[in-house]
Amino acid sequence: MLSADLYVVLPEALLALFAMAALMACAFGGQDRWASGLTWLTAAFFALLGLIVSFRDGGQEAFGGAFVSDGFARFAKALILFSAAAVLALSENYLRRRRILKFEYPVLIAMATLGMMVMVSAGDLMSLYMGLELQSLSLYVVAAFRRDSVKSTEAGLKYFVLGALGSGLLLYGASLIYGYAGATRFAGIAEAVHEGGLSLGLLFGVAFLCAGLAFKISAVPFHMWTPDVYEGSPTAVTAFFATAPKVAAGALFARVLFDAFGEVSAEWRQILAFLAVASMFLGSIAAIVQTNIKRLMAYSSIAHMGFALMGLAAGTQQGVEALLVYLSIYVAMNVGAFAFIMCMERDGAPVTGIGDLAGLARTRPGQALAVSALMFSLAGVPPLLGFFGKWMVFVAAVDAGLAPLAVAGAVASVIGAFYYLRIVKIMYFDEPGLSLTGSMPFAHGLALTAAALVMSLGWAPGLSGFGVPELAATAAAALFN
Amino acid sequence: MAVATLAFYLFACTAVAAGALVVLSRNPVHSVLWLILAFFSSAGLFVLMGAEFVAMLLVIVYVGAVAVLFLFVVMMLDVDFAELKAGMAEHLPVGLLIGVVLLTQLALALGGWAFSDAAPALREAPAEAVGQVHNARALGRLIYDDYVFLFQAAGLILLVAMVGAIVLTLRHREGIKRQDVLKQIHRERHEAVELLDVKPGQGI
Amino acid sequence: MTTFILLAPLAGALIAGFGHRLIGERMAMIAPTAIVFVCAALSWITFFTYDAHHGAETTTLFRFLDSGTLGADWSVRLDTLTKIMLVVVTSVSSLVHLYSIGYMEEDPSKPRFFAYLSFFTFAMLALVTSDNLVQMFFGWEGVGVASYLLIGFWFKKPSANAAAMKAFIVNRVGDFGFALGIFGIYYMVDSIAFDDVFAAAPTLAESSIAFLWREWNAAELLAFLLFIGAMGKSAQLFLHTWLPDAMEGPTPVSALIHAATMVTAGVFLVCRMSPLYEHAPGALTFVAVIGASTAFFAATVGLVQNDIKRVIAYSTCSQLGYMFAAAGVGFYQAAMFHLFTHAFFKALLFLGAGSVIHAMHHEQDMRRYGGLRAKIPVTFWMMMLGTLAITGVGIPFSYDLVGLPIGFAGFVSKDAIIEGAYAGHSGYAFWLLVIAAAMTSFYSWRLMFMTFYGKPRDKKRFEHAHESPRVMLIPLYVLGAGAVLAGMVWYGDFIGHHAEEFFGAAIGMAEHNHILHDVHEVPAWVKLAPFVAMLLGLGVAIWFYILNPSLPGRLAESQRGLYLFLLNKWYFDEIYDFLFVRPAMRLGRFLWKKGDGAAIDGVVNGVALGIVPALARLAGRLQSGYVYHYAFAMLIGVSLLITWISVTGVAGGAH
Repeated sequence: MLSADLYVVLPEALLALFAMAALMACAFGGQDRWASGLTWLTAAFFALLGLIVSFRDGGQEAFGGAFVSDGFARFAKALILFSAAAVLALSENYLRRRRILKFEYPVLIAMATLGMMVMVSAGDLMSLYMGLELQSLSLYVVAAFRRDSVKSTEAGLKYFVLGALGSGLLLYGASLIYGYAGATRFAGIAEAVHEGGLSLGLLFGVAFLCAGLAFKISAVPFHMWTPDVYEGSPTAVTAFFATAPKVAAGALFARVLFDAFGEVSAEWRQILAFLAVASMFLGSIAAIVQTNIKRLMAYSSIAHMGFALMGLAAGTQQGVEALLVYLSIYVAMNVGAFAFIMCMERDGAPVTGIGDLAGLARTRPGQALAVSALMFSLAGVPPLLGFFGKWMVFVAAVDAGLAPLAVAGAVASVIGAFYYLRIVKIMYFDEPGLSLTGSMPFAHGLALTAAALVMSLGWAPGLSGFGVPELAATAAAALFN
Repeated sequence: MAVATLAFYLFACTAVAAGALVVLSRNPVHSVLWLILAFFSSAGLFVLMGAEFVAMLLVIVYVGAVAVLFLFVVMMLDVDFAELKAGMAEHLPVGLLIGVVLLTQLALALGGWAFSDAAPALREAPAEAVGQVHNARALGRLIYDDYVFLFQAAGLILLVAMVGAIVLTLRHREGIKRQDVLKQIHRERHEAVELLDVKPGQGI
Repeated sequence: MTTFILLAPLAGALIAGFGHRLIGERMAMIAPTAIVFVCAALSWITFFTYDAHHGAETTTLFRFLDSGTLGADWSVRLDTLTKIMLVVVTSVSSLVHLYSIGYMEEDPSKPRFFAYLSFFTFAMLALVTSDNLVQMFFGWEGVGVASYLLIGFWFKKPSANAAAMKAFIVNRVGDFGFALGIFGIYYMVDSIAFDDVFAAAPTLAESSIAFLWREWNAAELLAFLLFIGAMGKSAQLFLHTWLPDAMEGPTPVSALIHAATMVTAGVFLVCRMSPLYEHAPGALTFVAVIGASTAFFAATVGLVQNDIKRVIAYSTCSQLGYMFAAAGVGFYQAAMFHLFTHAFFKALLFLGAGSVIHAMHHEQDMRRYGGLRAKIPVTFWMMMLGTLAITGVGIPFSYDLVGLPIGFAGFVSKDAIIEGAYAGHSGYAFWLLVIAAAMTSFYSWRLMFMTFYGKPRDKKRFEHAHESPRVMLIPLYVLGAGAVLAGMVWYGDFIGHHAEEFFGAAIGMAEHNHILHDVHEVPAWVKLAPFVAMLLGLGVAIWFYILNPSLPGRLAESQRGLYLFLLNKWYFDEIYDFLFVRPAMRLGRFLWKKGDGAAIDGVVNGVALGIVPALARLAGRLQSGYVYHYAFAMLIGVSLLITWISVTGVAGGAH
């Protein structure tokens, strides 16, 4: 019984053991002198785990259903692990140069990643909450990692306080659900819903739960922390915020809504539609006046989560598939974009103003080209891959009878295109001011180039999105079985 | 039975009143003391339910450790709550409005509250009836058998909290003398004392 | 082999266009030229080895299009029509490439020019080798683009830009018809492959299609629509206005595109679709009328033009009219034959004119020429050959005497067309063509006399005139030989006794079409008519420009109205300007100022500059940085959500 359960949670168990072993080894061994190596080792371990997760098979449950390892969870976990590996590998150089690289950093990231893996595998409200808190707590700490910077500590504190409020809402929702359904297992809740229908109390529970999850995914109106935290945190941490946790929260959203409340999707779809529309528009509009690229990316992520939630609002298997594809593309784009942003510095100090990119096309044509490709993709300009993500969610929404939502999405993406293209304009047409200095490390160049190439070429018929759509389709199908 | 009922209402009312006073009292130290009273009342409720192990845990851990820690923290920080509450009046109307709206909604929902028909069948890990099994054992079975996964996850959360606290606050100040027990123990005589043959009238 | 012929020029274009920094300017000229020469050699081999007995040979390169039942391969269809076009295109193209090395000597952007030339050659080859209408349309538009680029090659000259735009826009009108024709064929036949269309032609003749609120005979309508496309590309009456203006491009371009190859694409299209046209007698009559009218109209305008290239341009227009007239009476073989010979002598005339222009330092007005015979003898003699060919000098009745018409290329092919028009019972076409022949003779000799005879009228330029370099003369020799011999050598194959086996199934002739036979049976006066017309034109030209040079001026004075009418090209440009250009400009201006400027820009600016930033600022203000504001926002959000779902949820059946 226990050994079978352990086999199912093997990747999570390995990661927990790894994190604790690393913590002990460094605390009693080389302290921060080993931090650099540990960061790379952790990244490698993530990648290895990602491979292991990718090649496992079958849909298994453990601990009486509190933990589910099906195709959907594996897809999300692989995406989380690979993106976390990429961001961790990139952040080593950034943190080392800012002299804030400590051995706790990779350990905390590993814990956060573990939390995310638990989240996407949750089959029970309690494991959902445990995963969420494990992830959140680690992220609160890394947000404040540059503790001698007021902005960083403020970011960490804000994130913590608001995160606690978000968790509170989520817990309140969970307790309402438990109160009305009498179960915390998703399967049990589904059964209760099937038997007794969706009472108003349960619906309130779902709404509170959605509010809590919306906070994690930074959907409007639970997004307010995002710009401040993105701006204040060290860029490497921001990069992490913008990638893996979004996947985890999105997947968890899908998991809880479909596993527990799949039968009454008509009821919660309107909540998600509301979140999606509000996020798309606010993200697109508020980004226009930003001058800091990290804040800009924060609003960009808000808008993108709006698009991703649109897939969920469709409430269909096609919608979940679109959500997964969208998240994959989004993560790949953000890894590339942050690989570049991490390298923006002048005379050894990081700069994050959009104006600092002026004339980049003349000083660094290659990087400017790659960033432009990413910006076009983020804006959703065809034929870049970013367009296909949007297209898929739009199609899913239209097929599910949410044509007005898709139209709103199209309008929002037109507004949003403005600020992405403004970056391209600044890079290509503005007179260079004080240009950026410092060279780009190999890993960053590689990530930037790879992301740009994937976005530019992924649509080609022979590549067909590198097989991601097929995998996402399988994963979505697993959620619906 | 009357005694038990009486005791229940006593503890319950005390707990609610103490909880209210935690929020309402002006002096933070008083708040903590009211909190301790609330803990005690809750422990009493647990005892009435036959969960004496949990009751003792509450007293020992929460009252004995957590609340005392709170007390220290509050005293050390010397927070001026009056100042913090200064802005409250300004935002009170909005806050009240939201509160009222939410409360109305919830009341609406709660009005129709009933146990889900399926609920009894859905219980995953019911504890054995009080009296059949020692309740520390019942708790142990729940935590270490049925919910071991969640328990371990909770442990990891606490570990992260600890790591976080250390990494955000611990400073290794340079140039400060600090005690190193290992170093003291391993110190040999010849490291500490050097015998010199001092010639008279020359100095070292 | 044909595949190589098709693709090699594309490679040449890429090498010249993108590789010139790598291989240097000189190599960027030589490489495409060499490639096209190889193509030309291979084309001639194909020409002699292909045997029409085997029918069309189709090589499929790749799938070009696949959508429902609409499918098109990218393929090379080799039959007699293709092989004729292959030699015409590659031969003239290779000679023009060679010529351009000399002609473009002083131009700063030679690689670009050669890239365009080679690209044009590729597109033209794609057009002529296609086995379906879509690939043909691709080539059709490809040559259009190349033509646009080359007319506007000197893009700093406003007139060149205007001419390029005009060529492109006028061709759009024709292409619209062509595209409609393709749509119609696909609609009716469910296929766009030639073989399917040809097989369905008899059925088409019996079915009808609804178009513009009435029923039409399908074959007639489709043939008509395709011909609209042909009219645009081949500069036939009403859509001809772009061709003279296209002379703004460099002269080699005029020789290649606007004389020998691209403009004949329309003729090729009609011949290619001959199985369809054979079932559309009405459309054929229309083709004949338009062709003959163009031949006549262009010849009249050519009489009074003073720009040497414009004279030849109108001459081209007129000769294309001959070809269409021939096709219109069902004599496709003669149309192709004239296309073939015309390519040689018209390219010769253009390249000769280019040589004259080169010698006179880019002066194109014939009134400033004169007496150049001694200065540039080689050019003179080659132009003479071209003129003899175009005017149709030969020995009448020689066919009846020795079984072979003896004369220059134009004599053989043009006279065949005129006889065909008579044999095809098209009196209108016959008489217009004969009169046009007289005028052709007149303006061609006028050009020769004004340029090479008499006294030099611009002394300074005359003094500096010099013979062109050898690279420019070699193509003249080759084309000169073609102008003399092409007619006699291939007479038998094209329209003589071997015509049927020479063309095989490439040209579809209906049962009742006996024109190949009838054309040899025309009365003697018909055979003599074009010859007499030629002599007449020559005589008048001698009288006007050698014996009595003051006469033309006086005549122009006395017949001022007629003179201006001709000089202004029958006022076609002015009429079009009034009818289409200005209303379109007015409409465009209205939409621009009112529609776009006021309505759309106004709204967009209002939203983009007013509302959106205001919202953005509002969002920015909400983002105050205070945690309790954020917390409030979250709580307000939650209460909104809850309120909303409790309202809709109760209504929506939750309980």
